[in-house]
Amino acid sequence: MIAAPLMEAIGLRKTFTVGKTIIPGSGRTLHAVDGIDLRIQKGETLGLVGESGSGKSTLGRCLTRLYEISDGALRFDGQDVTKLGNRALRPFRRKVQMIFQDPSSSLNPQRRVRDILGDPLMVHRIVPPDQVRRRLDELMDLVGLPTAYLDRFPHEFSGGQRQRIGIARALAMEPDLIVADEPVSALDVSVQAQIVNLFADLRERLSLTYLFIAHDLGVVRQVSDRVAIMYLGSIVETGPAEAVFDHPAHPYTKALISAIPVPRVDPGRKGRIVLEGEIPSPLNPPKGCKFSTRCAYATDLCRTTRPQLTPLAERTVACHHPISA
Amino acid sequence: MTEPLLDIRNLSVSFATESGPVTAVQDVSLSVAQGEIVSVVGESGSGKSLSLLSVLGLHDPRNTTVGGTVTFRGQSLLDLPPKQMRHLRGRDIAFISQDPMTALTPVYSIGDQIAEQIRAHERITAWAAQARAVQLLADVGIFAPADTAKRYPHQLSGGMRQRAVIAMAVSCNPALLIADEPTTALDTTVQAQVLDLLRKLRTDYGSAIVLITHDMGVVAEMADKVVVMYAGRVVESGPAAEVFTNPLHPYTWGLLGSIPPLTGTRPRRLPSIPGAPPMVGRVPAGCAFAPRCPARLGVCSTEPPRIGTPGHTALCHLTDSQRATARPTTLESA
Ligand SMILES: Nc1ncnc2c1ncn2[C@@H]1O[C@H](COP(=O)(O)OP(=O)(O)OP(=O)(O)O)[C@@H](O)[C@H]1O
Ligand SMILES: Nc1ncnc2c1ncn2[C@@H]1O[C@H](COP(=O)(O)OP(=O)(O)OP(=O)(O)O)[C@@H](O)[C@H]1O
Ligand code: SF4
Ligand SMILES: [Mg+2]
Ligand SMILES: [Mg+2]
Repeated sequence: MIAAPLMEAIGLRKTFTVGKTIIPGSGRTLHAVDGIDLRIQKGETLGLVGESGSGKSTLGRCLTRLYEISDGALRFDGQDVTKLGNRALRPFRRKVQMIFQDPSSSLNPQRRVRDILGDPLMVHRIVPPDQVRRRLDELMDLVGLPTAYLDRFPHEFSGGQRQRIGIARALAMEPDLIVADEPVSALDVSVQAQIVNLFADLRERLSLTYLFIAHDLGVVRQVSDRVAIMYLGSIVETGPAEAVFDHPAHPYTKALISAIPVPRVDPGRKGRIVLEGEIPSPLNPPKGCKFSTRCAYATDLCRTTRPQLTPLAERTVACHHPISA
Repeated sequence: MTEPLLDIRNLSVSFATESGPVTAVQDVSLSVAQGEIVSVVGESGSGKSLSLLSVLGLHDPRNTTVGGTVTFRGQSLLDLPPKQMRHLRGRDIAFISQDPMTALTPVYSIGDQIAEQIRAHERITAWAAQARAVQLLADVGIFAPADTAKRYPHQLSGGMRQRAVIAMAVSCNPALLIADEPTTALDTTVQAQVLDLLRKLRTDYGSAIVLITHDMGVVAEMADKVVVMYAGRVVESGPAAEVFTNPLHPYTWGLLGSIPPLTGTRPRRLPSIPGAPPMVGRVPAGCAFAPRCPARLGVCSTEPPRIGTPGHTALCHLTDSQRATARPTTLESA
């Protein structure tokens, strides 16, 4: 029996109009998220990886309802939240938190960390006013920063320290679901390991659910139960993390994994798949498979017919010629 | 030996705070030869960005004091007038900042910003500069480059912005490129393409690169030399191959041991270095790493260690034999 997912996206789309001038009808439509179906089960960590510009952050911002959804539906905990207005969204805004890819532009430069973390605690009455101070100290501790830094402004931190403030801010809300967009990309591997372990602990203790967006595939493999691979606005493969990494079925996933730089000095290294061919544009996606312009396995079928996500053993793959294990 | 392209000696950086000055970077020395790729790694907050920003005169002069000497092609940088420094930056020395948004202006298209950068240092027509900007965007793997050149920074993904900044930085084929975490927002295939581009900069123009990164895989692929920083100091430096196969400093052991594995069964928890680094301005008396060090000796808590001569060295009291017994064996098989 499969329990109802905590979050479910059905045919989710987000388009942007670009290149609009005063000439009527001049804008063009960019398909950033191009009809995505996604289920996140309660208590799981779903890793989302994919090409830079493929729509991961946009999808994250749709799931947290920071963006209006262009088309499709979004359900959270059984409730349709696709079109809810700001007032009705209030409880959702607390239960679903986002850690932003770009911490410096998401932290108010005029405010001290004490206020950045403390205000939401007060506004949402997460803890009684007399316990706010203690809670702030705990939060700093959790992300490995000295409590004395509470009185600093964002610009007084290093890149990785700012990233941890963003993590603390999301944790402060005691959410059910965290959409973490590159939460550890600016951290050295040791602090990164501490944060990854912290995420795992909190998941157990508070039964948190995560959508974990990252480019570091070693980290994604470590934290995720399942992974979803994105390419040009679509999901091309999903499945259990270890299985997908050990035996990618989609040619794009295979290229992605083949290009991981290994931490070993090895002058004779080979095996990286270099993607050639035209990089497709979300303004004008290829007619058939979106990866067909660069795929080594592409046939005429691929260039004319768009493959759909189809179950394949324990995973789903959108490819006419999936690679068998 | 030829003179290094960039020579940083005993660099120190301190901030004026309400409770007096605090030193964030101390005694950092680092030299970069022409065509060399030097990687700077280390603890978050250890002073990597700060060191290189102050070398380029990009620190805030109102509360920051920079000491030591920095020479570029034999010319002293620290006392260069701001105007001359600006001229050097962008033409001879390019900088990719850790935060791409600080390098981009929200109100101009990225194509215009790259073209502008080219024209600031080269006499070429606006049209030619635009064409070159589009080519550079294609080089960093941006789709529909002519079209995307017309977009504003907020219309791009994080990794596309990062690549726009890289395109801007390499546009003048600088003699020295300082790249602060240039590929954190890129997927592995695009990252590989960008790293190829940086290598090409070196082979075609003899450029030297200082690459600040947390990705030990990138370090292994790119670096000739590695510099490891902890609590504002250089704790180890040496040829890349040696730092990976024979890491000297216990902090470096911890770093290499914390990398999540790519194959095999996943550990339940990732190993990490227990504890946290000292606060800026509260660095302990002996070795700054002593409170967290698995191989600590009595002397470590009282006497500051001294870094050795050039070559492969570490700021550490351990002798070779003490090191051999203390170093975790798991590292050697990694
Ligand atoms: N506000 C916007 N206006 C127009 N286009 C946008 C906007 N935001 C994003 N895009 C476009 O949508 C696409 C997806 O962007 P998104 O930021 O979601 O990618 P991403 O997968 O997060 O990439 P990265 O890994 O580089 O962060 C890109 O082509 C981007 O240019
Ligand atoms: N304006 C400032 N005032 C006070 N302290 C500062 C200021 N700017 C930076 N610092 C401190 O100086 C130290 C070094 O910062 P730096 O940005 O160089 O770190 P880093 O090694 O680049 O780290 P990361 O990998 O996280 O980017 C940090 O501990 C930071 O908190
Ligand atoms: S459908 Fe065809 S083009 Fe697309 S990934 Fe599969 S083999 Fe390649
Ligand atoms: Mg993104
Ligand atoms: Mg930094």
